[in-house]
Amino acid sequence: MDHIQIYTIKSNVKIAEDTFKMVLSGDTSLITAPGQFVNIQLDGLYLRRPISIHDWDEQSFTIIYKVVGKGTEQMSKMAEGEKLDILMGLGNGYTVMDKQNVAVVGGGVGVPPLYAMAKKLKAEGKHVIAVLGFGYKDQVFCEEEFKAVCDEVYVTTNDGSYGIKGFVTTAMEGKNIEYFYACGPEPMLKALHKTGIPGQLSFEARMGCGFGGCMGCSCKTLTGYKRICVEGPVMLTEEVTFDE
Amino acid sequence: MNKLEVKLGDLTLKNPVIPASGTFGFGYEFARFYDLNILGSMSLKGTTKDPRYGNPLPRIAETERGIINAIGLQNPGIDAVIANELPKLKPLYNDKVIANISGFSVDEYVHTASMFDKEDQVGILEINISCPNVKAGGMAFGTSAENAAMVCREVKKAVKKPVFMKLSPNVTDIVAIAKACEEAGADGISLINTMLGMRIDLKTGKPIVSTKMAGFSGPAIKPVAVRMVYQVYEAVKIPIIGIGGIATAEDVIEFMMAGASAVQVGAQNLVNPYACRDIINDLPKVMEKYRIEKLSDIIGKAH
Ligand SMILES: Cc1cc2nc3c(=O)[nH]c(=O)nc-3n(C[C@H](O)[C@H](O)[C@H](O)COP(=O)(O)OP(=O)(O)OC[C@H]3O[C@@H](n4cnc5c(N)ncnc54)[C@H](O)[C@@H]3O)c2cc1C
Ligand SMILES: Cc1cc2nc3c(=O)[nH]c(=O)nc-3n(C[C@H](O)[C@H](O)[C@H](O)COP(=O)(O)O)c2cc1C
Ligand code: FES
Repeated sequence: MDHIQIYTIKSNVKIAEDTFKMVLSGDTSLITAPGQFVNIQLDGLYLRRPISIHDWDEQSFTIIYKVVGKGTEQMSKMAEGEKLDILMGLGNGYTVMDKQNVAVVGGGVGVPPLYAMAKKLKAEGKHVIAVLGFGYKDQVFCEEEFKAVCDEVYVTTNDGSYGIKGFVTTAMEGKNIEYFYACGPEPMLKALHKTGIPGQLSFEARMGCGFGGCMGCSCKTLTGYKRICVEGPVMLTEEVTFDE
Repeated sequence: MNKLEVKLGDLTLKNPVIPASGTFGFGYEFARFYDLNILGSMSLKGTTKDPRYGNPLPRIAETERGIINAIGLQNPGIDAVIANELPKLKPLYNDKVIANISGFSVDEYVHTASMFDKEDQVGILEINISCPNVKAGGMAFGTSAENAAMVCREVKKAVKKPVFMKLSPNVTDIVAIAKACEEAGADGISLINTMLGMRIDLKTGKPIVSTKMAGFSGPAIKPVAVRMVYQVYEAVKIPIIGIGGIATAEDVIEFMMAGASAVQVGAQNLVNPYACRDIINDLPKVMEKYRIEKLSDIIGKAH
């Protein structure tokens, strides 16, 4: 079976400011772990757009995306029944570690991939705290979804217009967190890295291919050069360096 | 005879479709998508004497029907390529591959080419002269006929395998450079490499990729590449591999009519990892449409 398949949009709805949730039906057998991403071809745009998998089952998968440019704008205007050409099952995804008290930490459109991870962690009997960080109230999404699958859920906003005022690290202070799984903007990942708690961080890069063909996304780590699209996007705190 | 078969000097390819250097890794990355043995050949990632990380991120920008890349020749260096990469590809691909070679001095080109020359898997040495000549102020070897010829001559002296010179399009007279390479003993010409381009992010007001200027390729550059293949075909007798914006079987035929004996597909592999497979599958249909019996019949037909 080709790794590129045509998917049918089952729904595409706005869930927060500039943020949309799209459900696509089609083959999902190439998805192996939460934290993986897909690469979406759009009309008139040369490169595919990488977007994380939010959740999946046998017949469909869900993505959550924010409109930031031409590609995501085009996606936001698509309706039920329309089709998308998608390269499936990319990247390594998160690995469940043998740690009982864990947090899933998401910032902005970094929140989506942690939902499937939270479900997986819960299924393996872990105590799961979700910390979801946003800029302000209108950007908040997925709180109820996380509440349904996590033991504790904390939402932070930078300006305090909703939930706890501050950053994700503010909400983590004083909690029993042995290990974390995170995705979000680089300043957030850097702040998490500085806490010294071990965990897994999911990175972004401008990608040429998304599957290891171009070296467009290669970054330096303490364990050598890694392609964010193949050896990542998820990396371990102990191999990551934010120097340079 | 297989109607897709073409010749590059003494080497016979079962079809003219070759993934271009830098867009196909060391081949094995694509084995999960399809059986690599359908390919005419493949040009491996540009290899240098020493390992290179390449340029800082971001290395990629999108443009209309194209891509701008500033990879900076990331590769593990010739020793590791021979020790690790070629053996990984060996069980996955039976035909000869094209080793793509870069260098920052003539000695580096000669060193890397001589190492690949001993490898059985390699059928052609493709010399990428778009790299800066560090000793001569950083101007690319490929921008002067003398420097291009010098690299070609020195490499030819050191190796037995056929040498194809891969030309940069960022020159005023591509024909002069192609002729200089032919006179210096080149067995063939590959063209074109990426054009120099730039994209600026309107939000930040700054160039998108870290090196500011970078290599522009993809369907947008195809007419420039077809024109250069056409011009070079008129001027040299050695075979030409046509490269630049190829995305369909029709594009392959266009390049061959301009004078290419074979073609390389670059950026299109990145947006569609099945691009080469699909092009090979489509070729017979498209040949029928244009009443082409054998692909080798149409080489240079436009002249
Ligand atoms: C592994 C991975 C997972 C991602 N998951 C999500 C997600 O779940 N939800 C979501 O909203 N966004 C996600 N992103 C970011 C998303 O890829 C970009 O927002 C999107 O590509 C922007 O496309 P555009 O055409 O709207 O923007 P434009 O700015 O018009 O895009 C121009 C070019 O830049 C690239 N680009 C722009 N911003 C980014 C970025 N932040 N990261 C990588 N490439 C970028 C585009 O892919 C395109 O090639 C993810 C990125 C990566 C690398
Ligand atoms: C990401 C990327 C990396 C490349 N790396 C190399 C390289 O290492 N050596 C080389 O000779 N050409 C390299 N090229 C140039 C291509 O081989 C090809 O000549 C050029 O991209 C034009 O073809 P296209 O329009 O089909 O992409 C690279 C191109 C791209 C897009
Ligand atoms: S985006 Fe091409 S190697 Fe990662």
